[in-house]
Amino acid sequence: MTAKIAYADVEVGTELPAQTFPVTRATLVRYAGASGDFNPIHWNEKFAVEVGLPDVIAHGMFTMAEAIRVVTDWAGDPAAVVEYGVRFTKPVVVPNDDKGATIEVSAKVAALLDDQQVRVDLLAKSGDQKVLGMSRAVVRLA
Amino acid sequence: MALDQSFVGRSYPPTDPYEVGREKIREFAVAVGDANPAYADPEAAKALGHPDVLAPPTFVFAITFKAAGLVIEDPQLGLDYSRVVHGDQKFAYTRPVYAGDRLTVTSTIENIKSLAGNDILDIRGEVHDAAGEHVVTAWTKLVARAAEPAAEGA
Repeated sequence: MTAKIAYADVEVGTELPAQTFPVTRATLVRYAGASGDFNPIHWNEKFAVEVGLPDVIAHGMFTMAEAIRVVTDWAGDPAAVVEYGVRFTKPVVVPNDDKGATIEVSAKVAALLDDQQVRVDLLAKSGDQKVLGMSRAVVRLA
Repeated sequence: MALDQSFVGRSYPPTDPYEVGREKIREFAVAVGDANPAYADPEAAKALGHPDVLAPPTFVFAITFKAAGLVIEDPQLGLDYSRVVHGDQKFAYTRPVYAGDRLTVTSTIENIKSLAGNDILDIRGEVHDAAGEHVVTAWTKLVARAAEPAAEGA
């Protein structure tokens, strides 16, 4: 494990570079294939509406995968992530148009832990909705 | 109908090994748009001290969730999967998942709660490699919504 960020160089409040991730229907179809999650709420509008959703929604696990990129891109080595947890609070609604939706992720160091580890708190939003809650990673730095 | 509390603590038999392929990792990384070379190029992964390409942190969910099917589809438990949404997800890693790993998952029901007519089920999946060493633990919280229309969660 070779994180490129040194524990000594961060403090509580250090912000990680924020990122915005686009998500379209095509993204969801590709993610369905790669992850094996073919639940029709993620690609079939008729089905999604029938079960009470406003439209097709992104896989929660897709959003979770995008959010941690803010941490892995920062740390350099993805293996720096030793714990990662989220709560799925609101769905990311993905309309069937050219633009789709975006997931905006920001993160900051929330606590310095033992063993060169830090706790990073993440904030993921789509539009004005917070889509992940209690979103935290424990990261081992160099 | 509330789920039977006596299922708390129940473990299911380990799954057959899932062999992690380099191309499957690459496919997943492409699907989430992540160009980190450690997911695709063995040399880049080795430069970071890894034996082979590693999987992105959430990759293993596909394996643990399939294993959780033993719980979800247990006719004795009687979960109504058509009403289920994913509430929380957490991973704790001893090490990353690598290409070439042969992983087995042992699923355990950690908790069952009934809240406002919703059934809340916590499943823990312990992932081990072919040598029996721990790789990662995945905690999945599923919420089976009460029988009224609702549109929360993903």
